[in-house]
Amino acid sequence: MSLVMTLASRNLFHDRLRFIATLVGIVFSVVLVMIQMGLFLGFGRMVTTMIDHANADLWVIPKGAKCFEDPSLLDLKLREKVAAVDGVASVVPLVIGFSDWRLDSGEMTPVFVIGTDLKEGVLSPWNVVDGDVHALSQSGGVAVDRSYFDRLGIKGLGATAEIRGRRVKVVALTDGIRSFTTTPFVFVDLKNARLYTGTFPNRASDLVARLKPDTDRAKAIDAVRAQVGDAEVLTADEFRSRSRSFWLFGTGAGAALFAGALLGVIVGTVIVAQTLYSSTKDHLSEFATLRAMGSSNNYIYNVIIYQALLNAVIGFVLAAAIGYVVVEMTAKSALPIVITPWLVAALLALTIVMCVSSGIGAIIRVVRIDPATVFMR
Amino acid sequence: MNEIIIEARELRKTLGRGAGQVQALRGIDLSLRRGELTLLMGPSGSGKTTLLLILGCMLAPSSGTLSICGTSTEHADKEALAKLRRDHFGFVFQSYHLFPTLTAAQNVQMALDIRGEHGRAAAKRARAALGLVGLEQKARSRPNALSGGEQQRVAIARAIVANPSVILADEPTSALDGDNGRTIMRILAETAHERDRAVLVVTHDPRIIPFADRIIEIEDGLLVNEKSDGPEQLRVPKAAALRP
Repeated sequence: MSLVMTLASRNLFHDRLRFIATLVGIVFSVVLVMIQMGLFLGFGRMVTTMIDHANADLWVIPKGAKCFEDPSLLDLKLREKVAAVDGVASVVPLVIGFSDWRLDSGEMTPVFVIGTDLKEGVLSPWNVVDGDVHALSQSGGVAVDRSYFDRLGIKGLGATAEIRGRRVKVVALTDGIRSFTTTPFVFVDLKNARLYTGTFPNRASDLVARLKPDTDRAKAIDAVRAQVGDAEVLTADEFRSRSRSFWLFGTGAGAALFAGALLGVIVGTVIVAQTLYSSTKDHLSEFATLRAMGSSNNYIYNVIIYQALLNAVIGFVLAAAIGYVVVEMTAKSALPIVITPWLVAALLALTIVMCVSSGIGAIIRVVRIDPATVFMR
Repeated sequence: MNEIIIEARELRKTLGRGAGQVQALRGIDLSLRRGELTLLMGPSGSGKTTLLLILGCMLAPSSGTLSICGTSTEHADKEALAKLRRDHFGFVFQSYHLFPTLTAAQNVQMALDIRGEHGRAAAKRARAALGLVGLEQKARSRPNALSGGEQQRVAIARAIVANPSVILADEPTSALDGDNGRTIMRILAETAHERDRAVLVVTHDPRIIPFADRIIEIEDGLLVNEKSDGPEQLRVPKAAALRP
């Protein structure tokens, strides 16, 4: 094995204080980028959670609706038109909207009501941990997530409250269906949803269509589009993408997260560059000796790059361990940080690029070394 | 006559600019041969170091020619000069310039490493070179655990381990006491005579004159005197000086 690695590691570990300072900089930078990007991914997942869990091939939505939570309404007559299209198996109306949950104490809290025909199974509550979803069709039956007990002022199954002045009873409990807006989701039957959101019987928020198996999808989508006039027809992927774009970029939230990540990269690069440069300066006489002995510039560059890579790998491992703890801690929060294998791989690549590019300043300094200086001291 | 390793003709070097310009070398003709230990002596500012740097391919002459083992240095860029140093030279510095974080053996091995020789074979050669300077038992010691004389012996082992044609030594004994200085010079003389290398030692130290086969004196950028081997020309018989 070449001594390049030995020299690089000894140079790096020789000044422990500087090494620790470098690692702190890298870890800070990588953790910051990891959290920002993890929030970005987590936010991206949260904003499409209803679309992800809906059993839908096509979404018929009001023209210009930007996301699932958009309050615009459709004319329910469209349902028959869409259902008549060849290849369409079913069309189910969905009614959603904000409403008020009134606690027994008289306090009010906003909730987001989601109602559909439960028999169709288009968008039923999932992760049900207690109670019976079928009981939602009973008058006043609702399903809520148990993480919202405090917000809703309830203690569990059988609890009662009022939505828009109508008595409701918790008949099913879910786990982990959280809203990024922090407004609790309340699943109800379609009929009740109209009452709780004040939606007229001839209106719906969206229509969820399923296609028959073996149907030519493109052809069916074109045919549906031809029937809906001003309304829009999106595939699940298109609707997911539109919702995500709106919440992440339309609101500026995504840009803020990216800006935070960029800041992390800049801070990390500057810290590593500064410490590598000062380490190189401290070892200039050694590099000059190497040069005087006849080493190529590449040999010296390799020493610096190995130092940078060692910084990157050790810093990344520490940052990844911290990231794992953060992921675990936020798993049950309103906005969990999501770290995927791809994000881990991308962060490792970013850390390596950041550390190696930080060595450029040191390399430029080394290029200027005059081997003759070895004879002057 | 031994093979000429370094041949310099009409070397001139001007340092500085304008009013501060200095003619450091003013036409030097010099040949270094295998099997010969040459001392380069002269007062401060005489041009010794400038000549050493040019002969060691670290500084380009303003005019004149230099060839190393038959290869001209004219038009050679920095990397080509580094390759010449790598292929033909071993250096011994006044301040040793060992790598403080590496062991003695690794310091010696470094000279092989930059030449692309790695692994166990290189480590074995490094230990053998340390053995030649009597330091095999200190192979695992770091420089700060070695005396000045031992450090200089490690530096000599580093200079000879790759079997270069030329050893250039800059004041190798100036920081050492008499005994250590003699040990260092004995090793350098053995390197010249027994390993058939050209050895050039730049020095102020008159104690090492007895080890020389040839003494060149430089003054104001010119070679002013040259003495060759022989009791009538060198002040102390070489054989006596070589005794341990």
